[in-house]
Amino acid sequence: MANGIVDKVKEQATSIWGKVHGSQVAESILRPGSPFKKGYSDTPRNRSYVIMNNVLYHLHPVKVKRHGVRLSYTLCLGGISFFLFILLTITGIFLMFYYAPTAEAAYVDVEALSTSVAFGSLVRNMHRWGAHLMVLSVFLHMSRVFYHGAYKPPREFNWVVGVILLLLTLLLSFTGYLLPWDQLALWAVTVGTNMAGFVPVFGDQVKFALLGSVEVTGDTILRWYVLHVLAFPFIIVIFMAVHFWRVRKDGGISGPL
Amino acid sequence: MSDIPEHLLRRSAEAKAKALGIPVEQVLAEMTGEAPVTAMDAGDQPKVETVEAVPQTPAETSMPVAQDAPQTDAAVEVAAEEQAEATAAGPADGAGGEIDYEAAAAKAGMPASLLQRSVEAKAKASGASAAQVLAEMLGEEAPSAPPATAPAPESAPAASTPEPEPTADAVSADVIDMPPAAAAPAPATSAPAASAQPPATGGATAVAARPIAQPEAVPEGVRTQRLLTVVKANAIQQVKAEPTDKVSTWPHLMIMEFAVLLGVTALLIVLSVILQAPLLESANFNATPNPSKAPWYFLGLQELLSYFDPQIAGVTVPTIIGLVGFMAIPYVDKNPSNKPSDRKFAIFMYTFFMMGSATLTILGVLFRGPGFNFTYPWVDGIFFDDLKDWVNFE
Repeated sequence: MANGIVDKVKEQATSIWGKVHGSQVAESILRPGSPFKKGYSDTPRNRSYVIMNNVLYHLHPVKVKRHGVRLSYTLCLGGISFFLFILLTITGIFLMFYYAPTAEAAYVDVEALSTSVAFGSLVRNMHRWGAHLMVLSVFLHMSRVFYHGAYKPPREFNWVVGVILLLLTLLLSFTGYLLPWDQLALWAVTVGTNMAGFVPVFGDQVKFALLGSVEVTGDTILRWYVLHVLAFPFIIVIFMAVHFWRVRKDGGISGPL
Repeated sequence: MSDIPEHLLRRSAEAKAKALGIPVEQVLAEMTGEAPVTAMDAGDQPKVETVEAVPQTPAETSMPVAQDAPQTDAAVEVAAEEQAEATAAGPADGAGGEIDYEAAAAKAGMPASLLQRSVEAKAKASGASAAQVLAEMLGEEAPSAPPATAPAPESAPAASTPEPEPTADAVSADVIDMPPAAAAPAPATSAPAASAQPPATGGATAVAARPIAQPEAVPEGVRTQRLLTVVKANAIQQVKAEPTDKVSTWPHLMIMEFAVLLGVTALLIVLSVILQAPLLESANFNATPNPSKAPWYFLGLQELLSYFDPQIAGVTVPTIIGLVGFMAIPYVDKNPSNKPSDRKFAIFMYTFFMMGSATLTILGVLFRGPGFNFTYPWVDGIFFDDLKDWVNFE
């Protein structure tokens, strides 16, 4: 009796799922060759379609060199850097809901994250450690590329783009450093911007442009906040797009040693 | 064949052996040319239509020849056909490896590579051997074979270019096996007509078969095409057709990337649960902490500042060495090899620079105390607020 009901429910569920899965809506969402499409079979043609009929085609070719798949070759460091950037964007958007970039509110808001916001402390920690990890992984990625000689022709320009990405990563991390507006942030940024003041000829102007004042003030928070959440992410995304595109156009992952 | 990597050859042979149902060793022997090639499945052959080959035949055969000697094109064609037979009987490579293009190019006054491409293309199109085409181009050997004796079936081998493409081979085999009338209807009727009669009186049949070969028979105002030269197009991107061992991105690479993605997320969450991000007292302009330290990735520079003038340590080193210098690496390092044994100097320089930066950073983080004076972390503790309150045992 009970088994009969279970079987009937199973049968119904399968039938409904079959209708939904094969419906026009599902068919329109999933392009030909999608592994989620009804009736997908693991054939060489479909394996190509999974990439080719997909937004992933912007990132990956249909086939990659066998040695490129081995984790020991790239260590996936570029991929890790990109993924950390995505994680930082997600956690950063979360933090923006609870943060006002003013001298009066900034510190109180960050303090409140750990006391009155669900998962606030966890997300802030993820954002902070993720940023440090990203600086580290970008450095390691650069070293990996150097030791493989992967910057050699035709990949010279992509190395240059990579150095710009490293610089932007450091700038993103440094602008974020100020935002908690605690003693650590204030004086680390004071030391950092003092170094910028040593630029020959227009050192004072550079420092003023960075701080929005002659020293770190409440105006600096707003300035660095906009740079941190809008300007630098915008620029880095453009350079990342060029970087990834050139990886493919320059012949994919570099050859084995 | 021999320049294909061993493992690729092996994979290919295994696949073919599986498809044909014969031992791998036999296929390997065929591939390396040590044994006669086993015929493919009979089912493959009917796919190759003889009709496909026929329309191309007269035009391609006569077109390049016509520009050299329009008046005697029939004779040239016959000579070409005879030569093609000889070529087809011999090794399949119609290009002829032993031709001295350098000497010929010097005589003709053009680059050897262009001459070779031109000759090979012409030889392929006409079915003649490369040596003969070259001789004609240089004017050494006026094509003087008698025009009378070109029987219809023998024009068929000329139709198939002696390139190693499987379709071309299949066409050739088909055409030879079948009776001439059935195999190649168009050449069977047009070729004898063209070669038996003088070109001037070639008539409608010949014109229909090869309008390009006889410009005098083309009505006025009708544009015809002639093959002037073969120009190598400059490809938009470099395409190298070297055999490489590749695997499908899906699933092999994507699965790997997904695993790494999950791993990084897990690591970051675990890290964030254990380690508490630092948050000191609210910013206070009147209370300067001693020492004041930059973020860790700038501490190497701050350390450098304690040795050198700020103009050097704060500006010159980071912009000239750190930025411009790193961007210039690919343009300075002209060594084309990427083998570690060939680039000991480059690797030494990079490692030296990185080790130096790491040393400065570690010194700045751990060994600098109040007043940025040197301290031992195991004596006086760590003066780096980023490390404060790290472990969170709530």
